Amino acid sequence: MARSSDLIKDKAAVAGIGQTVFGKGLPDTELSLACQAVSLALDDAGIDPSEVDGISSYTMEVNREVDVARNVGLGDVSWFSQVGFGGGAGCGVVGQAAMAVATGQCNVAVAWRARKRAAATSRPWAQVSRRLSDAQQWSRPFGVLRPVDEIALLTRRYMHEYGATRDHLANIALAFRKHAARNPASTMGHKSMTRDDYMNARWISEPLCLFDNCLETDGALAVVVVSAERARDLRHAPAYVHAFAQGLPPQHQTMTNYFTEDPLRGPAWTAAKRMWAMADVKPADVKVAQLYDAFSPLIILSLEGYGFCERGEGGPFTDNGQIEWPDGRLPVNTSGGGMSEAYVHGFNLILEGVRQIRGTSTAQVDGADVSLVTSGEGVPTSAVIFTKDA
Amino acid sequence: MEDQWLLPDLDDPTSNEFWLGCERGELLVQVCDACGARRMPPRPMCAACRSTAVRWDKTSGRGRIWSFIVAHPPLLPAFASEAPYNAIIVELEEDPSIRFVGNLVASADGPIGEIEPATITIGEPVRVVFHRIEDVWLPRWVRA
Repeated sequence: MARSSDLIKDKAAVAGIGQTVFGKGLPDTELSLACQAVSLALDDAGIDPSEVDGISSYTMEVNREVDVARNVGLGDVSWFSQVGFGGGAGCGVVGQAAMAVATGQCNVAVAWRARKRAAATSRPWAQVSRRLSDAQQWSRPFGVLRPVDEIALLTRRYMHEYGATRDHLANIALAFRKHAARNPASTMGHKSMTRDDYMNARWISEPLCLFDNCLETDGALAVVVVSAERARDLRHAPAYVHAFAQGLPPQHQTMTNYFTEDPLRGPAWTAAKRMWAMADVKPADVKVAQLYDAFSPLIILSLEGYGFCERGEGGPFTDNGQIEWPDGRLPVNTSGGGMSEAYVHGFNLILEGVRQIRGTSTAQVDGADVSLVTSGEGVPTSAVIFTKDA
Repeated sequence: MEDQWLLPDLDDPTSNEFWLGCERGELLVQVCDACGARRMPPRPMCAACRSTAVRWDKTSGRGRIWSFIVAHPPLLPAFASEAPYNAIIVELEEDPSIRFVGNLVASADGPIGEIEPATITIGEPVRVVFHRIEDVWLPRWVRA
């Protein structure tokens, strides 16, 4: 009997990628952006829309499957699914599409994320009812209003327990800005950032300042997932879905995870355990990583959770350019990530993970044959390992 | 600006006993009536024994600061007028696995931005006080 990992390992691949321009106040609707990204990804793969029979998306996606299918001209769709928990969904969306292809539920799956997030009025935290009956009633009445406040509470505790400093957080912001400077598609690459800029930036939620936060971006990105056999016949080198996992740990409360025995051990650990168990590679084999960066401290937690260092060592891991292209031991967020390229709920990280395998990144890591992408830490999450060789 | 404050829905059957306790000046914690496990936030089932029977025990109302932030704009208007203000997490003295989000204040009805942020430290002892907004008594914390 086959090992369970053999059912999907290397059985599917990302064969097409597409993205719209990123910006603020783009004139196009979210639906138009989604359709453009899917269309571009299909063209990139060289696959006709009528062949698409699988759809994977975020539960937070506004654009419904029926609307994207009708606009892009998709065929008979026999599999469609959504993954929850906002920024935790991205790699799950791709991984579930790979599962659907590997198990024969569909042959050509598309997955995307489209957002118009740049307008202040579009921010989810600003759209809350005054009387709260869910988990928010235990934090919002005390002024913990925004995702940044929720993560800042965990960050302060982390700094207290492990001695991490603002210099570690600055390492992250500066590395991603340097990477963005090489990426013409990034929205912040034209703006350099110094350590003084970081240290003098205005506070948002102490200990986090403006540059610890991701951007607010309009834009859309999409991928096309097909079988490994099909991918080998298409125009680009396949990015094989080598392993993927989702993660929802015991007693987890999304974002305000303050009530468990060990709040600093988040969903990354759960996803990592399954993902590495399914993979033929280990953390030391990963040449480049795209780690979800809605906030800089999530990088530190993810470095620990996915096994690149021990707990408490995530801060020092960022020292001495170790997460910077080209010479760092693990270049992270080589397109600039959510903090300096674009914040599209982490889907831009997925496309950059694929580009590293193709060899087409603007901060290309030599010999990038194992490329990790992770989704949001602090929420039920997911991660995927792309490989160059099946 | 307290007329625009975010508040709990007191009709939520899972949590209303907690808020009724606050009105009486008591900080309550939900306890499984079958196995005695404490849990916060309140919820319908005990993860230890899967009983749905609950009771509410009075706590000491004393604890230590587990973490804190100082929030700055952009914020919702009601809160922006208070900024910069602190928010804290308190671990309960008699059971540090039970934690509450709150604010450190100089007095029950004082502003949430009154305490100088640089003086707040993790581990410092606090005790609960209650501040009324509309029909809700919010648990806040003063230095013990």
